[in-house]
Amino acid sequence: MQVVVCVKQIPDPSGTYTLDPETHFLVRPDEQVLDDTDRYGVEMGLQIAQAHGGSVTLVSMGPKGSMQGIRQALAMGADRAVVVDDADLKGSDALTTAQVLAAAIQRTGFDLVITGTESTDGYSGVVPQMLAELLDVPALTYATEVEARDGKVTINRQTSAGYDVVEASLPAVVSVTAGVVEPRYPTFKGIMDAKKKEVEELTASDLGVDTSLRQRVTAVEPAPEREAGVKIEDDGEAHLKVVELLQQKKVI
Amino acid sequence: MSEYRPPLEDIEFTLHHVADLPAVAKLDGFQHLDPDTVSGILSEAGRFFSEVIAPLNRIGDQQGSVLDENGQVRTPDGFKEAYRKFVEAGWAGAHIPEEYGGGGLPYTVGIVLQEMFKSANMAFSLCPLLTQAAIEALIQHGSEEQRELYLEKLVTGEWAGTMCLTEPHAGSDVGALSTKAVRQDDGTYRITGTKIFITWGDQDLTENIIHLVLARTPGAAPGTKGISMFVVPKYLVNPDGTLGERNDIKIVSLEHKLGIHASPTCVVSFGDSGEGAVGYLIGEEQSGMRYMFTMMNSARIGVGVEGLAITERVYQQSVAYALERVQGREVGAPPTQSTPIVRHPDVRRMLMTMRAYREALRGLLYLTARYLDEERHADTPEERKQAGEMVALLTPITKAWSTDVGVEMASLGIQVHGGVGYIEETGAAQHYRDVRIAPIYEGTNGIQAIDLVMRKLPMGGGEVVERLIAQIDETAAELRQSPALEDFAACLDDGVEAVSEAVDILLSRLQGSPNDALAGATPFLRLFGTVIGGWLLGKAALAAQRQLAAGSGDSPFLEAKIATARFYGEQILPSALGLVDSVKATSEVLFAIPDADLAR
Ligand SMILES: Cc1cc2nc3c(=O)[nH]c(=O)nc-3n(C[C@H](O)[C@H](O)[C@H](O)COP(=O)(O)OP(=O)(O)OC[C@H]3O[C@@H](n4cnc5c(N)ncnc54)[C@H](O)[C@@H]3O)c2cc1C
Ligand SMILES: Cc1cc2nc3c(=O)[nH]c(=O)nc-3n(C[C@H](O)[C@H](O)[C@H](O)COP(=O)(O)OP(=O)(O)OC[C@H]3O[C@@H](n4cnc5c(N)ncnc54)[C@H](O)[C@@H]3O)c2cc1C
Repeated sequence: MQVVVCVKQIPDPSGTYTLDPETHFLVRPDEQVLDDTDRYGVEMGLQIAQAHGGSVTLVSMGPKGSMQGIRQALAMGADRAVVVDDADLKGSDALTTAQVLAAAIQRTGFDLVITGTESTDGYSGVVPQMLAELLDVPALTYATEVEARDGKVTINRQTSAGYDVVEASLPAVVSVTAGVVEPRYPTFKGIMDAKKKEVEELTASDLGVDTSLRQRVTAVEPAPEREAGVKIEDDGEAHLKVVELLQQKKVI
Repeated sequence: MSEYRPPLEDIEFTLHHVADLPAVAKLDGFQHLDPDTVSGILSEAGRFFSEVIAPLNRIGDQQGSVLDENGQVRTPDGFKEAYRKFVEAGWAGAHIPEEYGGGGLPYTVGIVLQEMFKSANMAFSLCPLLTQAAIEALIQHGSEEQRELYLEKLVTGEWAGTMCLTEPHAGSDVGALSTKAVRQDDGTYRITGTKIFITWGDQDLTENIIHLVLARTPGAAPGTKGISMFVVPKYLVNPDGTLGERNDIKIVSLEHKLGIHASPTCVVSFGDSGEGAVGYLIGEEQSGMRYMFTMMNSARIGVGVEGLAITERVYQQSVAYALERVQGREVGAPPTQSTPIVRHPDVRRMLMTMRAYREALRGLLYLTARYLDEERHADTPEERKQAGEMVALLTPITKAWSTDVGVEMASLGIQVHGGVGYIEETGAAQHYRDVRIAPIYEGTNGIQAIDLVMRKLPMGGGEVVERLIAQIDETAAELRQSPALEDFAACLDDGVEAVSEAVDILLSRLQGSPNDALAGATPFLRLFGTVIGGWLLGKAALAAQRQLAAGSGDSPFLEAKIATARFYGEQILPSALGLVDSVKATSEVLFAIPDADLAR
């Protein structure tokens, strides 16, 4: 089974993020890390490939920088990586991102594409669905459990009430939630081997993707300050007020 | 309680600019170590130690390891699982040479893994630390057959090792030990005797434990000369590597102690129920002490790492607290407004003290590790010899100065927290209790000071220590050229002068009045350590200035390096200079009150 996992390099979330004042794009330092939420996808891919035989290819778009994030995913055990880095892609919107990823995946060949549900830095949460559409395969999203074999993929799809069991034939795109599996820690040997693994670098034109059409960010405003909470003094009846408040908010 | 965050930025800076990792990467066998690889290793290891090992620090303290009714030690909840992951990830043998199944990292990088493990969970880290000592003994002195049989699984961490030296009447004076070893016709030995204070003497993490035991053969010379070293496995190992019979080794009890509760400190009885436990001689009879010495440096440096690791941990915790805790008003604030304590000069001084020491200690530890790598891997015999001399000179300072400072900084960490610092829930108290052992074991700090003065200063007729002082002088000269660091340079100059003066006094006393030399040993070690710390912060500040001038690197980080060095020059170096007078003083006043009157 040929598994492709989409992984994104992001600026270290423990640091501060800055936007370019002119373009409003996120400033991406040379040293980026693997998006933590993508570790779940990588682990899922590795488990499926190990259980049924096959390989795991990483596909990533973005400024490659020192490629630390890609190496981190390779160190977990993925076989190879394809990285699309192109100045023309700077500030790509979700659709362009999906087009680029789809083209790279198409070129690589796949039975199963795994993504996260939403990235930590962009968190539009729409790339997986767009990818499936562009690849013309089913999208199975919000997976909390995945099983792939005999030309089929079955997932538990998280819902507000519990989960649905969803099944589709392969090839397909599956987006996994954090916690679908416990990501392994790279082994020392894995880290050393990652250096020697093949990383193919491509540009948008290698993939024949049109980069001219896309959204523009016209303005950015700081998020509104968090409003002060409501203080309820307990006069013996406070619980009633709390219940009323929760009902108003439609929590209960 | 705050989490442990691996300080990768400072670690990498210190590795490159103070310990000169690029020089290590040129040594034979380490050429594959480009900066990106090291960075990758450290960031993944850091994630592992902070996410898997650090969360067990608290529970380890609260539950502690216990001895169950079957005489088996049980570790706290979660330790087994975490240790399994540690072994699976391959961190255990990362800096053991590849030919023995290790990862082949230089110790200069391996020491960073040790630091992170110890910051995350000092009690837990002792298990791999002792295993490493056993590995070194076997690599350097074991027979081909012993290496075949034991090394592989020790290197992976599937088995653990211990060091069994101490007995009730043989602590600092190992030569007084009386555990017996009697040779059998088949060439094996039978060991009988009781060892105390044996760290990780038993546990449920590994399927076998390889004890290294010091014992005395019949008719052996008295004192350290007559000591032999033995491999005594918990389960005997069959020639095909499978586990055989249980050896006659009994855990009599565990000590109830101040800190490192997760680390079982065992009374171990060998040969309690028969002819003796089966042991295998390492090397030759009556050479055990010599073998100990070859492993001692790395074991002592390993304990020195604890001073650094806890200083780092308490610094992180103290800064986080000081930024949050609101109390009092900073000068100039409106009367209605309280300020976080980080705005008070005295709190600031405590935080800067911790910060400066952690960076000075880090420099010293990594630098000593580099010399250890050069001692083993440098191209020429002369380079190896010179590096070895530096290791010998720096090891007692690395062990004793670092752990003394570590205890002080853990105490300061409690102080920053005020009352809650004294309350266990905060976690600041645990670090203090944990690190308090470090000045005691692996040769007390008093013994380290004696080693420094009596054995290390006279090396090469004083030439080795002179070589180190010359290096410090060189950095001081460079610092004098920099306007921003002029004052710091002046302070370092005074430090060098004080050290040189103290060295001369001590060397001259070694012959005629050794008791006076001994009396000055501890103040001298403190003085020397403090000046070396200043030297290394100076090196870091110079490197930071170069980067700033070149417009490379992260400027707030680099500017903080310079400020930290300046603080050390103003606040810490001067406090050490007076110690030269303590060194000059004789032992006379120490003995002015007769023994019998001390109790009055
Ligand atoms: C050269 C270049 C420069 C860029 N510069 C900026 C910039 O300055 N500021 C900025 O904000 N963004 C930048 N981007 C990134 C781009 O805007 C986002 O990748 C895109 O908007 C996707 O949105 P998302 O992260 O919200 O995806 P989501 O839909 O939230 O992500 C869901 C999942 O899709 C997959 N995925 C998403 N994006 C990628 C990716 N790029 N590679 C691999 N897998 C992915 C992951 O598996 C992820 O878990 C740049 C991209 C390129 C190529
Ligand atoms: C938690 C813990 C773990 C330990 N783990 C191990 C282990 O794994 N294996 C092992 O073999 N041992 C271990 N030890 C033992 C430890 O190494 C000894 O406690 C230590 O060497 C000191 O010996 P002692 O306790 O007999 O003290 P003593 O030697 O009695 O020392 C008491 C004091 O006298 C001073 N002193 C002693 N002799 C001299 C001298 N000649 N000149 C000047 N001052 C002197 C010492 O510095 C000290 O301050 C451990 C101890 C503890 C508490």
